[in-house]
Formats: sequence, C-alpha cells, structure tokens
Amino acid sequence: MANVTESIGARQALAPEGAASAAGAHTLHGTAAGHGHHNPNLQHHFYSMEQQLEASTLGMWVFLVTEILFFGGMFLVYLVYRMLYPEAWVLGSNHLDVAMGAINTVVLLCSSLTMVLAVRAAQVGSRQGQVINLVLTIVFGLTFLVVKYFEYAEKFEHHLVPGPNFDMTLPQAAQQQLFFSIYFMMTGIHAIHMIIGIGLMLVILWMAWRGRFSPDYYGPLEVSGLYWHFVDVVWIFLFPLLYLLGAHYGAH
Amino acid sequence: MSYVPQNRNSYLDAAHGLASWLLTKDHKRIAMLYLISITIFFALGGLFAAAIRLELITPRGDLWGPDLYNKLFTLHGVVMIFFFLVPSIPATLGNFLMPIMLGTKDLAFPRINLLSWYLYVIGALITLGAIVAGGVDTGWTFYTPYSSVSSRTAVSTAAIGIFVTGFSSILTGLNFIVTTHRMRAPGLTWFRLPLFVWANYATSLVMILGTPVIAITVLLVFAERAFGLGFFDPARGGDPVLFQHLFWFYSHPAVYIMILPGMGVISELVAGMARKPVFGYSFVAFSSLAIAVLGFLVWGHHMFVSSQSLYAGLVFSIITMLVAIPSAVKTFNWTATLYKGSISWQSPTYWVIGFMGLFAIGGLTGLFLGTAGLNVHLTDSYFVVAHFHYIMVGGAIMAYMGGLHYWWPKMTGRIFNDSLSKASAILVFVGFNLTFFPQFLLGYMGMPRRYHSYPDEWQALNVLSSAGASILALGYALPAFYLTYSLFKGKLAPANPWGVKGLEWTIPSPPPTFNFEDDRQVVVDEPAYNYKPAREVHVG
Amino acid sequence: MSHAPITSVRTYVMVWVALLVLTVITYVVATFDFGMLNAPIALAVAGIKAALVVLVFMGVRYNTPLTKVVAVSGLFWLVIMFALTLNDYLTRGWLGIPGR
Repeated sequence: MANVTESIGARQALAPEGAASAAGAHTLHGTAAGHGHHNPNLQHHFYSMEQQLEASTLGMWVFLVTEILFFGGMFLVYLVYRMLYPEAWVLGSNHLDVAMGAINTVVLLCSSLTMVLAVRAAQVGSRQGQVINLVLTIVFGLTFLVVKYFEYAEKFEHHLVPGPNFDMTLPQAAQQQLFFSIYFMMTGIHAIHMIIGIGLMLVILWMAWRGRFSPDYYGPLEVSGLYWHFVDVVWIFLFPLLYLLGAHYGAH
Repeated sequence: MSYVPQNRNSYLDAAHGLASWLLTKDHKRIAMLYLISITIFFALGGLFAAAIRLELITPRGDLWGPDLYNKLFTLHGVVMIFFFLVPSIPATLGNFLMPIMLGTKDLAFPRINLLSWYLYVIGALITLGAIVAGGVDTGWTFYTPYSSVSSRTAVSTAAIGIFVTGFSSILTGLNFIVTTHRMRAPGLTWFRLPLFVWANYATSLVMILGTPVIAITVLLVFAERAFGLGFFDPARGGDPVLFQHLFWFYSHPAVYIMILPGMGVISELVAGMARKPVFGYSFVAFSSLAIAVLGFLVWGHHMFVSSQSLYAGLVFSIITMLVAIPSAVKTFNWTATLYKGSISWQSPTYWVIGFMGLFAIGGLTGLFLGTAGLNVHLTDSYFVVAHFHYIMVGGAIMAYMGGLHYWWPKMTGRIFNDSLSKASAILVFVGFNLTFFPQFLLGYMGMPRRYHSYPDEWQALNVLSSAGASILALGYALPAFYLTYSLFKGKLAPANPWGVKGLEWTIPSPPPTFNFEDDRQVVVDEPAYNYKPAREVHVG
Repeated sequence: MSHAPITSVRTYVMVWVALLVLTVITYVVATFDFGMLNAPIALAVAGIKAALVVLVFMGVRYNTPLTKVVAVSGLFWLVIMFALTLNDYLTRGWLGIPGR
C-alpha cells in the first residue's frame, strides 16, 4: 500500500501499485483523507478538507467576479448618463434622503462586522458566538430592508417613481426620470441580493444552531460570509454615487 | 434501453430509472442530459433555418409574410446561439471529459453542475414559452428602442429565458475554472494538460467575465418594457448606442465561447488522427488565453455604423486585426501537426479537414469585416451572415460533430458506422459551401440580411443557397440515425478504439462512475500527446 | 483546517471603526466642491472602504495568490468595459468629421 503525502502542491508517488494501463498514467492505492482521519464533511471527489475549502473559496470568488460585472453594467449606465446629464443627476440626487442612505450604510457595515465575528466564532469553536452574530447580521439586514421600504414609500408619495405618475413638472423632468430609473434599478437589484443574502443566512443560522460548524469545518459559513460582504461593498459604492451628488450644493 | 455495455461497472449502469438521471451528480450523466437537450434545440433552430431558406427561394416575400419572417430569423438566432452553440461543446464534451483529462473523480461542484443543467432547461422552457406566445421579431440582437419600447412580441419573456440560461453558462465556467486550478492530478502540470482543457479553461474565463453583462442588459430591456424605465429609449433621454455597447460587450466574446472549445476539440483530433504531438503546444495553449482576453477588447467592430465615434471605431478595428493572430497561430500549428504525421483517414479526420478549410475562410472574411472602411459597405449584408456561419457552422459545429464522433465510443461504449460518418462529413462540407458561399457574393453585391425579398437578379444564388441547405440538413440528419442505431446495435467499444494517447483512453468505454476505479489516485508523469516519433527509414 | 491565522476581535472592531470614520469622511468630502475631482475623490474614499472589507473582512489578505488575482481581475474587466465605452462617448467629434 503506497503512502501518499498530503499537500496541495506536487506530491511524490511512491511504489505505485495497480495496473499501469497506459504509459505515463498510473493509479495508486491510498485513501484520500486529510491528516490521517476521514472528516465526515469531506466530499468524495476532494482528497483533503483543505482542498475542499480552497475550492469553495475560489468558487465563491469566481461567482463574485460575475456579480462585479453584473452590477458593473448598471454602474456603466449610471456613468454614461451622469456624463450626459450632469445637472439632472444632481437634481435627482438631491431628492434622495441622505440620512436614510447614511443609516443604511452604517447598518450594513455593522452587519459585516457581525458576519465576520460569526465566522471567527466557528474558527474558535464557539457555537454561541456563531448564533448570536448570525442573528445580529440578519437583524441588520432586515433593518436595511425596512429603511429601504420607507425610502421607496417616500419616493412613491413624492411622485418620483418613473412611469405615468412621475412628476413631469420638475426641471429636466425626462432626465431626472432617467436618474430615478437607474436609482430604482440599482438599489432594487441590490435589495434583491440582500433578500437572497438573508435567506442564505437563515439557512446558515439553522446549520450553526445545530452545531454543524467547527474549527475543522466551516466552509459554508465562510463562503456565505463572502457573499454578504460583497453585497455590503456594492452599497459602499452606491451610497456616494447616488445620494451625495448634490451634497455640496446643500442637501434639500 | 436494452444494450449491454462492455463493463457492467460503467456510469450508465450504475443506477437505473428517471430519478437516477434527474438527480445525478455524475458529470458524465449530466453531459448526456445536456447532449439530449441541446440536440432538441439544434433541431428546432434548424427548422427555423429551413423556413428561412424556403422563403428565400423566390424573390418575393410570398411564403411567410414580413412579421413571421422577422420572427423566424430572430428565433433561429436566439435558439442556435443561446441554446445550442454556447453550451454545445463545454456542456457535453467538456462536462464529460474535463474531470477525466484532469485525472479526477468529478468536477469541483457536482451539484452546481446539475443546477446548471436545470437552469438551462428552465431558461429553454421560458424561451419556448416566448415562441409559443407568438415569438420575437427584434433580431437576436434585440436592438433598442424597438425591442424595449415598440415591439409587440414576447420580448420580455425571451429576455427572462436568456437571463436564466446565462446562469447555466456561468456555473459551467465556474466549475471548470475551479476544477482546473485545484483538482489536477499529481504530476499534471499546466503544460502537460491536453489542449482541450486549455481551450475549455479559456472559454470558462470568457463565460465568467462576459455573461453577467448580457444578463444585466436583458434585465434592463425587460425593466424598460415592464416598468417603463427609459434606459435605452431616446424619447426619454436614453441612448440606444449604450445598449449596443452593453450587448456587444458580451456578444462578441460569446463568439469566442462558441469557437474556443471547438478549437480544443480540433487540437485533440489532430494529434490523435496524426499520431503526433501538437506542433507548438505552448503557442496553441497561450493562443487560447490570448483569444479569450483580446476578445473582450473588440466589440465595437459590430458598431462601426452605429454613430459610435470614428476614433473608437479605429481603435476597435486595430485590435480586431490583432485578435485574428492567435487564431491564425492555431491554424498553422494544426497544419504543421498534420504534416508528416501518420494520418489515419477515419471519421474524425474528415470533420477536422472540413473544419480547417471552413474556419480559414470564415476567419479571413472576418478581417474584411473588421476593416472599418470596408465594413461600411458590407455591414448588415449577407456577407456578414456568410462570415459568421462559416465560423459557427463550418467551424464550431464541424468541430462539435468531430468531437462527438471521436468520443462517442468512450461516452456510450459503442462503435458507430464509420462509412456513414464519413458520408455525413462530406455531405455537410458540400452542403455547407453550397449554402453559404453564394451568400458572400450576395452580400458583396448588396443583398441586405434579414430581408425576406430581393431583386430578381439574385434569385439564382439564393436558390443555390437553399438547395445547399437541404444537403446540409441531410448531412446533419444522418448522424441522428447512425449514432442512435449504434446505441442499440453497435459493436462494443474497447477502451482505446482509435489507438491514441490521453487519460480518457486509459479507462473503460463507458467509464465507471468515478472515472478511475473508485478511490485510486491518478499520477501523471509524461507530457500530453506523448507519441513516439516514427522511425526514419534509410534507403540505400 | 485552514492554515490562515485567525484574526483577533480587536482587529475586526478596529477595521469596523475605520469604516465608520470613512463613512463620515465620505459625507464630509461630498459637501465640498472639488470640481472635476468630485467623482474621483468620492470613488477613492469608497475604494478604501471596499479594500478594507475585501482584505480584512473577506480575508483576502490571507488568501492564495490565485484568489487575489481572481478578485482583481473582476475589477480590471470592469475597467475595460468602462474604458472602451467611454472611449466612444468621450471621443465623439475628435476627428473633425461631422457626426462622427
């Protein structure tokens, strides 16, 4: 039985057994296990927990790259029209409630802190820490959505929702309507990502509550955290670009 | 199915029943699920093509009427591109072979792989819904504001269908990237990988970086239609050219998604059929990456006449000339591989030779179109139609067919009728040239694309084109019969029916579920295509 | 399981405080008019915040070089999309030909 040393890099193959069915490729016996014992969370096609975690992290980052480009398309639309209609962009921005935007920015930053503390709690083996921080993260996320709801409701009341009810008496009304189209599209899709994130966190919370995560296995928790932080990063850019354009003219 | 595979240990025999297929995590079964799905959509796209060519037999638009004709060419494009070509090689051959060529048991994320197939199916069903609801008439390019404001057809439904299917593409690419980076067998360094892996890896980069942009673009069009948000409507301050930038940012790299895997297949077939390592292996490998990257910098060559700035047009034109170079490198290297090779004239070779000729013509005509000055004359004419069909049908589909035939014994454990396959390849080659070469002439003479009627003097060429299309259709229909026949009556395939090098040929046909016999670990210690050179014969 | 060091609670809290301070800075700089530099400055501040989240909260500072390349390439591709699109919008009329 050949011993196979475990590491991510190149491995030495010792005394290969088994049929050398074609020159240059041969198979070895050996259990594919991490550190000499079989972690029940190790999926069959991976040979170590480390490989599994690295693959999961890389996979989530590749997915986040697609999200960067997905939101990026909307940022491009924002950018082009801001260049074409700079005054309308300022006028539109002045209608947005900076206070609510700022509150939401702080809320999300807090949620990122609690998220990372939840992952850390798993790394140090604290089930209670995971549960408390995940609950807080979810609460912050819901707070964000509630504030967003009030913001949208206010827009609706003031006839700033694009469509037949849009206030066409505003200066540069058509271009302001374009600003609000982009505002609703960007913040709306961001909000949908928040909702998905909260759903994901509820599942992770349940798993954490059941004690699924430990210092030896917390991949799903960490990887979901990456998604959560990404949604926060998008808002970090949305806030100044949407809310603060008119700030130096004095918010209305 | 009542056939007996060679070994009862194969992935086909591992479990029975519909649930074992619909809930599988085996990349090989998922590949087969994709094979069935994309074949159905290929047939559907082909029906639309037949309807188009039927109309164009006569100069008057007397068969379908203008609105229906608009829908026919739109749906032909949408179905063929999004539901056949984009998934074709990666989702079938790629899914099947990548883990095996990487010496591993499965892709990194088997359940995500299954999810990608379900997303394909859901997107496809939604788009079928759009077709049943009356179709779409905007052209597959969905230019605004017609698509986002005026068209009274099922644009919104089709947009959602494409949106969903896009995620299928993204998840496949994600899986390939992570598997290639993190799950290569010991000893399998990057430069020992088969070129098919390099090609699919490069394709995956394009899928990841490009597809999200088409996703947001169709979503913006959907939002414009559904909620009246005027992103691309000039009447509301929107800019249609912005739509085109966003659309082509994906759709140009998309053509590389469609051809790069085919180039990977050709590399494998050339090495196998000539029993020779691919000439200039690292150049071919790097050229895949070069095409993937440069392909993102040229999208404006679809927009020379869109009112894009002339300066931008010139920049895009220059870079377009550059992106042709890696493709040329590959073509030269494949030719050099065949030179003095021990060529076996079996079925795959016919598809390869067909590919090389047709891809060369398609690629060269791309240079004509990439030249801004010429483009003004040729844009939106049949010259463009002929160019992209030479690449996508003459190139990508020939490569797909070649690969399907080359790996058929491995995937199904059956040998197909070689003579019928050669006949198909010849029929496809002849039919294809008859269909599309006249279209270069028509385009040069000024016949616009997407028109259902034309001046009488062009009828001869159009009739020739339609006649060629019927031969082409026959060439594609034949494999449906002899390949299916082989599943029931074909001889059982050995592990290595072609006698070629490669990890996939070291395992049984069909392979067992975990590829390399359960828990054994593959180790590789030789380069790809490690053929011994033929002994030289000294005379005298 | 993972060989990355476990970051201390103190570090995480300090980064969080920095992010809050930067949020205040975000608002304050927006109340000044720097003319052409308004957007770049706003983006720079947002960029610093994003970098803190990515490097510390998302742990990228301890990730493999490959993961770092992947993260950066997403941003880089976005820059390509912006640059070549703006290359159209900003150069209209540069060559002195009417309408081009």
